[in-house]
Amino acid sequence: MNSELAPGRMEGFLRSRRDAGSKLLVAYITGGFEGWEAAVETAAAAGADAIEIGIPFSDPVMDGPVIQEASQRALEGGATPASVLATVPNLDTGVPHAVMTYYNLAHHPGHDRFAATLASSGIDAAILPDLPFVESGPWRHAAANVGIETIMLAAPTTPDARLGELCEASSGFVYAVGLLGVTGERAQLASTATEIAARCKGVTDKPVLTGVGIGSPEHAVEACEVADGVIIGSAVVRRLLSGDGADGVGELIASFRDALDAG
Amino acid sequence: MVMTDPNKEGRFGEFGGRFVPETLIPACEELEEAFREAWDDSAFVEQFHTILNDYGGRPSPLTECFRLSEQLGVRILLKREDLNHTGSHKINNVIGQALLAQRMGKTRLVAETGAGQHGVATATAAALLDMECKVYMGQVDVERQALNVFRMQLLGAEVEGVSSGSKTLKDAVNEALRDWVATVENTHYCLGSVMGPHPYPWMVRTFHHVIGEEARAQCLKLLDGLPDLVVACVGGGSNAAGIFSGFSDTESRLVGVEPAGGAAVGRGVPGVVHGMASYLMQDEVGQVQEAESISAGLDYPGVGPEHAYLSSIGRAEYPSVSDQEVIEAFQLLSKTEGIIPALESAHALAWVVREAASLQGQVVLLNLSGRGDKDVDQMMEVLGMDEVG
Repeated sequence: MNSELAPGRMEGFLRSRRDAGSKLLVAYITGGFEGWEAAVETAAAAGADAIEIGIPFSDPVMDGPVIQEASQRALEGGATPASVLATVPNLDTGVPHAVMTYYNLAHHPGHDRFAATLASSGIDAAILPDLPFVESGPWRHAAANVGIETIMLAAPTTPDARLGELCEASSGFVYAVGLLGVTGERAQLASTATEIAARCKGVTDKPVLTGVGIGSPEHAVEACEVADGVIIGSAVVRRLLSGDGADGVGELIASFRDALDAG
Repeated sequence: MVMTDPNKEGRFGEFGGRFVPETLIPACEELEEAFREAWDDSAFVEQFHTILNDYGGRPSPLTECFRLSEQLGVRILLKREDLNHTGSHKINNVIGQALLAQRMGKTRLVAETGAGQHGVATATAAALLDMECKVYMGQVDVERQALNVFRMQLLGAEVEGVSSGSKTLKDAVNEALRDWVATVENTHYCLGSVMGPHPYPWMVRTFHHVIGEEARAQCLKLLDGLPDLVVACVGGGSNAAGIFSGFSDTESRLVGVEPAGGAAVGRGVPGVVHGMASYLMQDEVGQVQEAESISAGLDYPGVGPEHAYLSSIGRAEYPSVSDQEVIEAFQLLSKTEGIIPALESAHALAWVVREAASLQGQVVLLNLSGRGDKDVDQMMEVLGMDEVG
């Protein structure tokens, strides 16, 4: 099976929405956090084109304080990869699902076993932010064998010499990291956000979505002047941490959706 | 030579690599290139050694323990890294990295620290070379090691307590990595052990190679031969890597002693965290566990990848000792030789004491990686004044 030939479900789904003229919105929600299932369904109903489900890890180096706290609370509440993944098939979203987690949780059970678990749990794609392109080959191969797409991160610091290969290897979409830093909302959209998206768009026709530092619908609109869409995480999770629940998440997603649709 | 350069992917056998966010990959590549270039430049190497000698107090002596040797029936030679400036071997690495950072045009150092030894050493190098310095330290350790926090502040560093996760060393590493992800353009991450993404494990070992190189020459002079064993404590494993690297091509047995509560190599479960594939203490699904021992400096759930490699090929062995054995060794060296060892270094001695019966008549070179001043408060609580008195 060769993922390079036929796009997987995530990529196919996002391409068709993009090609129909829509800007793409992906929402991240920490799996295992109290009320996460309802938040996922509400986010999809409010206009998210795909959902990123976080599997909490003990050492989330790419995450800022908001997602760290949600991950830690989920872990303290007993969340495990198995408990999060077992729930996914029951979620009624109608959109593709990616997991966002850290590489040791794939390494520990073994690539084949972890990929198979994802595939049998209604997951379409994986994002492993501490598995950079240069180390990603064996995992991508194992994942592709069972139809799991691997979304690679492209950073503002990624040199041109590697960016083409990285985007070529990415499946699902290309995750353009909007700034030098970890996940979290910022007061302003970094100039690097549009720069990296433009560089990615220059070397791939896969959907390019910008994430990290997208704090408001205005940021999202600005980022989408170049990118095909945005990923929002900390802004969403902050609603959960503050007790706003699925309704708070739904309102937030709707505000992003409206802004993106209005252009 | 067993301890040679890693391959071009930064692997020692199957261990090592570069498992960090994409943002940091170019910084790791730049660092590797800069290190290769600097280490090839005799002016850089000379500057490094001049500072280690004139400022750091090298070479460190080799001390023969006459009373202890007689008591144990094992001839014990101590490599006295405790006599270095700032009180441990850590200064070798930070001088090397700070000089390199400066050569690369970086103006700021960030570091993680557990007990505070590496943080103090980094703050020292930053003061010496007029660089900005920020040290991340788990909140639990900030409270346990108030004296070292103040020491770093005196040296002009900013110390930030880390309240995420287990609030200890592994979380301080995470926070230092997060800082570096955001500040990579002007900042160098001065990692404190032979761990992390390539080139750190190799580079840090190379800066500590001076320990093994000196010790080998000192042994040859004293013994007209080599020691039967080379013993060092292992948390991340930097002092062990430094001294082992002087003997890996010999017949000497290499023994890295882990704390029972932090036996990453001893448990032998492969994992990936903090940029490297190595052995890692983790639960049944792969969440990283906390290490727990009497010495904060060894409370690290992972281990440098080259140690994982040396263990996997059988070149070095990695037994562990209990806190109680360490407490006894700490007192033994103090009373028989007048040397108060760091609790970390006392692990190495604890193993020799336990195994003395099978080592009769042999020569043991033991890396005394640090001095115990920092541990005196803690030992006063553990032992109580009466027992000592």
